[in-house]
Amino acid sequence: MATLAVASAIAMLFMRNAVHSALMLIVNFFCIAVFFLTLGSAFLFVVQIIVYAGAIMVLFLFVIMLLGVDRQEDLHERIPGQRWIAILLGVGLVAEVVAAVRLGLGLSTGHAARLEALNRGGNVRALAAVLFNQYFFPFEVTSILLIVAAVGVVLLGRRQAGDVAGTRPTAAGATAGRPRGAGGATGAGLEPGGDLEPVP
Amino acid sequence: MKTPTEWYLVVSAVLFTIGTVGVLVRRNALVIFMSIELQLNAVNLSLVAFSRQWGNLVGQALAFFSMTVAAAEVVVGLAIIVALYRKRGTANVDDASLLRW
Repeated sequence: MATLAVASAIAMLFMRNAVHSALMLIVNFFCIAVFFLTLGSAFLFVVQIIVYAGAIMVLFLFVIMLLGVDRQEDLHERIPGQRWIAILLGVGLVAEVVAAVRLGLGLSTGHAARLEALNRGGNVRALAAVLFNQYFFPFEVTSILLIVAAVGVVLLGRRQAGDVAGTRPTAAGATAGRPRGAGGATGAGLEPGGDLEPVP
Repeated sequence: MKTPTEWYLVVSAVLFTIGTVGVLVRRNALVIFMSIELQLNAVNLSLVAFSRQWGNLVGQALAFFSMTVAAAEVVVGLAIIVALYRKRGTANVDDASLLRW
């Protein structure tokens, strides 16, 4: 499972096509979801699949399709040797973190039995008890954050004067960013149903 | 037989590093954004691993919050990329150099 996760992440890095990168990232998210399950966190397993592999990646693919799939990435480097320096630094970072983990923790499962005792009534119930008692205020703050984000996106996605007009014909479908795009998608999905209705 | 926490942390570190290299190497704003998502997920993985290590659920609650913040961040970031694309006609980060000296 770990090899699959790392392999899909590396594949994501080296895919030329953004859509292929996104698909590899979905594979990686599923691997991480399985890790959550093996760590005794069934709730986060489900949330990871629904929110990340579902909602967020659909959003990513939507934007990739909106901006055009066939555009080749400009691989010209502004800083000479940037790629090799980056890979070298990455190897150094891995070595450093692995050494730190080895020194600080070693091979142990810690208090896994205590977590199992906590999860006895179900992981969702136990997590809810923590979330709604100990962390109730942060929970409410995140809801405010989500509302602010939604409003901000509507504001950002609004078509402004001075845009590059007519660069792509599909840009007209995205006049109001995400909400309008989602509405358009459902509208397109409803149309065939309307056609089918008069048949019987 | 349970997997030691160390292995999860090592996988998390490797994934985080791949995300970092992705941010440094790639030029497409969307792929850079996906790499950032990978980094966030790697950190979530280590949070949940630590949650098991210490035998309480606080790590999982924190991972849940970070997922919420990541969702908001993705929505705003993609809106910025779309706005940039409309303005400049490109999703290449090197072309968005308005704030450079």
